[in-house]
Amino acid sequence: MRKLFAFTGMLIVASLVLAACGGAATPAPGQTVTVKETVVVTVVAPAAPVVVAPTGYGVTLETVKARGALICGVNSQVPGFGYVDANGNFSGFDVDYCRALAAAIFGDATKVEFRPVTAAERFTALQSGEIDILSRNTTWSTVRDTELGNNFVHTTFYDGQGMMVPKDSGVTTLQDLEGGTICVQTGTTTELNLADVMAALGVSYTPAVFDDADSTFAAYSEGRCDGVTTDKSGLVARRTVLADPSAHVILDVTMSKEPLGPLVRHGDDQWFDIAQWTVFALFAGEEFNITSANVDSVKASATAPEVKRLLGLEGDLGLKLGLTNDWAYYIFKLVGNYEEVYNRNLGPDTPTYIPRGYNSLYTDGGLLYAPPFR
Amino acid sequence: MTNLNSALPPLTEQITLLRWLRKNLFGSWYDALLTVLGLWIAYWAVKGFLTWAFTAAKWDVIILNLRLIMIGQYPLEQTGRLWLWLAFLVLLSGSSTGIWARESKYAAVVFLLPGLLALLPFSTEPRVWLVALTAIGLAGWVIGRAKPEILKRGVIAGWVISLPVIILLTHGFSESGTGFWAVAKTTLWGGLLLTFLLTVVAILFSFPLGVLLALGRRSELPIVRWFSVAYIELVRGVPLITILFMAQLMLPLFLPEGLTIDRVLRAMVGITLFSAAYLAENVRGGLQAIPRGQFEAAHALGLNSAQTMVFIILPQALRLIIPILAGQFIAVFKDTALVAIVGLFDLVGIGKTVLAQPDFIGLQREVYAFISLIYWVLSYGMSHLSQRLEERLGVGKR
Repeated sequence: MRKLFAFTGMLIVASLVLAACGGAATPAPGQTVTVKETVVVTVVAPAAPVVVAPTGYGVTLETVKARGALICGVNSQVPGFGYVDANGNFSGFDVDYCRALAAAIFGDATKVEFRPVTAAERFTALQSGEIDILSRNTTWSTVRDTELGNNFVHTTFYDGQGMMVPKDSGVTTLQDLEGGTICVQTGTTTELNLADVMAALGVSYTPAVFDDADSTFAAYSEGRCDGVTTDKSGLVARRTVLADPSAHVILDVTMSKEPLGPLVRHGDDQWFDIAQWTVFALFAGEEFNITSANVDSVKASATAPEVKRLLGLEGDLGLKLGLTNDWAYYIFKLVGNYEEVYNRNLGPDTPTYIPRGYNSLYTDGGLLYAPPFR
Repeated sequence: MTNLNSALPPLTEQITLLRWLRKNLFGSWYDALLTVLGLWIAYWAVKGFLTWAFTAAKWDVIILNLRLIMIGQYPLEQTGRLWLWLAFLVLLSGSSTGIWARESKYAAVVFLLPGLLALLPFSTEPRVWLVALTAIGLAGWVIGRAKPEILKRGVIAGWVISLPVIILLTHGFSESGTGFWAVAKTTLWGGLLLTFLLTVVAILFSFPLGVLLALGRRSELPIVRWFSVAYIELVRGVPLITILFMAQLMLPLFLPEGLTIDRVLRAMVGITLFSAAYLAENVRGGLQAIPRGQFEAAHALGLNSAQTMVFIILPQALRLIIPILAGQFIAVFKDTALVAIVGLFDLVGIGKTVLAQPDFIGLQREVYAFISLIYWVLSYGMSHLSQRLEERLGVGKR
C-alpha cells in the first residue's frame, strides 16, 4: 500500500518536475544561502513552506516519547562537527548536542536516531517532521528564522571568518601579515570582510583572488600566498586535505559573524524551550565546573543553590520543561558539559582543533552565557 | 565437386604465445620500436601510481573502515543475515554455472574469489564466511554438473524468490529490537550493501516496466500510447539527480500529515522509474529491428497479438539488445552513486563520511581509489557475464 502510494506520488512528482524547476530558477531574495561547506546552494523551498508535521504546544515531546527516540538531523561530512566513525557511530560537536538532548529527555543518550541531511533538504526535513531537530552547522539568519518556518534554538558555535597560515611562517596575528599576499575567493562576503578588517587594522596586503574555493586553496597549498581566509570550520575542513595538515595553523582571530546552532520548527514552544535549556545546561555545566567525571560527587555535596536547582536537588525546573528534574544531571553524566563536548571534538588534542575564541564562557571573554536557573 | 555443397570451416592458425608476440608486437623494426616505446610510456604512466599505492598510501583508512564501506551502519549483531543471503546467492550461482555452463571447465574458478579474499586482513567471522562461500559455490557447481535436469527447476525457483529473500533477510522481521532477527532500519543500510540493493531493485523492477512502456509506445490504443510517450519523454527529459531531489525534498511536503515514506524506498522508486524510461527506448529499438515477416509468419501460424509478442517477437528483440541492456544496467549501478548527494550512505556517501573522520582526513586518494576499484570489479563482472550470455545466445552470429 505504501509502495503504491510512493509510486503514484512519484508520478505526480515527475509531472511537477518542470514546473518546480522553473520556480527554482528564480529564487526569492535571500533564498540563496551560503552553506557552511564550500558550496552555494539554492534552497528549493516554497516561499511559504507547507507545514505537514504535527505542531502545537507539547506535540513534539509527546511524539518523541511515544517513538522512544529522538530523530536528529545532522551533517555526515564535516570533520569535527558531524561524521560516522569507524564503528558506525555518529560523532562530532553537532552530534553530541543531539545526545545531550536525548539524555535530557530520556535519561539515555543512546535514544537518538541520526538522520544525515544535506544542506538542500535540511529545512524540508524539519518542516515535514522527518526530523525533530536540526543540528547541522546552520548559520542563524533572519530569513531562516522567519520565512523558512524555523526557530533557532541558540548559538552553540560562533563560527566566523578565519585566517590560515603556514605554521613555520611565525604569523600569529593579522598584523603580522603586513605586506603579504592573501588567497581569497572573489565575489563572496569573505573578500569584503577581509578588506574591511584589514583596513580597520591599517594592514596593507595583496589579495590573490580566485573564482572558486578549490582553486583558492590549491593556490595556497602551492605556496602562492602567505595566508588564506574563509569560515573557520571551512578552514579546518580544508586544512585536512592539505599535504601536511599539521604544517598549517588557523589564527585565533574572527573576522565575521557565523553563529551556528540547532533549530526546531515553528509552532511548539515547549520543544523550543527544551532544546534551548539543554544548550544553557551545557554552558552552565562548564560555568559551575560540573563534568561527566565529577557530577555524582557534585550532586552529593552541592551547596550553591543554583547548582542544586540545575541538578534537580531543589525546585522542579525539569518538570516545568516537561521533563524530569534530573534532566540536566543526565546531560552531564552521559554527555558532559560544553567544554567536554568542545574538547572531545574540536579541542587541542584532536586533528580538528579550533581555538575556542568566542566559544568561551563570558567569564573568559567569550560569548557563552546561560540565563539563571531559577 | 563433392566439396562444393559442404562449406569448409575457415582456416585457423595455431596460436602460440611466441608466434603471437612475433606477429603482433615485433612484426617489423618499427613495430618493435613502437612496442618498446609503448611499454616505456605505460611504465612511466603507472609508475607514479604504483609507487604511491605501495609506499606512500595509508591503507589503514580502508582496513579500519572496511565494515562501513561494505555494510554501512548495519548492526553487527545481524550481519549473519547478510552472509546467509550471500551464501544463498553463491549457491544459486554455483549450481547455475554447473547446469548452464557445463562445457566451460574453468567457470568454477570464480568461486575461489571469496576464499582468496579471506587472505585479506579481516576478522575471524568474515574469514570463516568467505571460505564457506567458496565451499558453497564449488559444491553448488559440482552438484549442478552432476544432476542438471533434476536441479534446473529448483534453481530457477531459487532465482525467482532470491530478491524477496534478500530484502527480507536484510530488513529482518522481529519487532523486538534486539536479537538475530530484529528489524535493521533502512537508515542503517549503507556502503556496498545499499549500492547493491539499489542496483538490484532498480534493474529488476525497471526491466518489466521498461518492456511494458516500450510495448505501450507501439500500442495502437491511443491512451496507452500517449501515456507511454509522455512518461518516457518526461522522465528522459530530466536528470536523475532532479528526480532524486524531488523524491527526497518535495515528496515529504506533498504527503499527508504524519506519513513519511522510507528514504531508501524513495531512492529505489526514483532510480527504477528513471531507468525504466531509458530501458523502454532500448527495448523499442530491439522491437523495431524485428522484420515484419516475423509478425506475419506468427499470424499465419494462428497466434494472436499477445502470443506473437510473448513467444516470437520479444525473445528475439531482447536477445538483440543484450549488449545495450548490459550497458544500461552497468549505468544504473554507477548512477546509484548519486544518492550520496541526497544524504544516503551508499558507497560514495559512506566514503565521504569516512573522509570526515578526524583520524583519516586528507586521504581522499586512498578512499576513492578503493571505491573505484569496487565499482570497476563489479561493473566488469556484469560486463563479462553479459558477454558470456551473448556467446551462449549467439548474438551477432545468427
